Amino acid sequence: METDWIWGLVGGLLIGCGGAVFLLGNGRILGASGILGGLVDGSGRSNWAERAIFILGVVAAPLLLWPLYSVEIDTHVTTDVWVLVAAGLLVGTGSRIANGCTSGHGVCGISRFSLRGIVATVFYILAGGLTLALFRHVLEVI
Amino acid sequence: MRLFLSLLAGALFGAGLFVSGMTDTRKVQGWLDVFGDWDPTLAFVMGGAIIPMFFAWRLTTGRKPLAGGSFPALPRPELDHRLIVGSSLFGMGWGLAGLCPGPALASLSYGGVGGLVFFAAMIAGMYVAPRLGSQLDRLAATA
Repeated sequence: METDWIWGLVGGLLIGCGGAVFLLGNGRILGASGILGGLVDGSGRSNWAERAIFILGVVAAPLLLWPLYSVEIDTHVTTDVWVLVAAGLLVGTGSRIANGCTSGHGVCGISRFSLRGIVATVFYILAGGLTLALFRHVLEVI
Repeated sequence: MRLFLSLLAGALFGAGLFVSGMTDTRKVQGWLDVFGDWDPTLAFVMGGAIIPMFFAWRLTTGRKPLAGGSFPALPRPELDHRLIVGSSLFGMGWGLAGLCPGPALASLSYGGVGGLVFFAAMIAGMYVAPRLGSQLDRLAATA
């Protein structure tokens, strides 16, 4: 749709405002993999409540906005269980080993011209693009 | 105060992911798929998100966070094996399913069984990541 980019920009600004609130308010970097991962591996035990309530906000916000949308919301995620499991494992391990994902390295890193953030972003975009090209256009399985 | 600000930040983040269409795996994979029907939306989302964050970083100099404490100690600008290998693994999974941790969380309520399977596998991955990271360190030390 022609309006997709406008909604992308609006949504992006909201994401950035969330990151700004978290940074200027709590002095923390908004990184989805770090906030969630710290709860999973126990490294974020000291401020678990802050993490848990952040996650509650992320999950609840779309539920509140949902009724405003007349069109059906679909994530169009694959139904292939093995692709989902492999992708989930790769995303979970990779983002934690790299200490960041699209929000931490991407949004928060690039906006302060962090070398690590920029390099991480180049690598995950290249890896994502090549993986998709291989599995979609060469092997034609996804 | 800290908890309220966490909730607010989370809600803005979740609303942004929802509104921008980034929980739609087709749009994410559409952006990564330069050989297919390329979708530019993700670039607008990234660009839009970087704008408020750019100003937020500027505002941190000479100030303290509103809720007390201090701003995070930033890592030294050092590129190590963890950053490169981890980001590459993450990118592979991102390309395969079109989901990353933020959108996986935001779409939990409407992503169906597929979203839940991805989420469960991602949690498992996060659980074993510290051990895999140590293995990687040992490998890098011998290489």
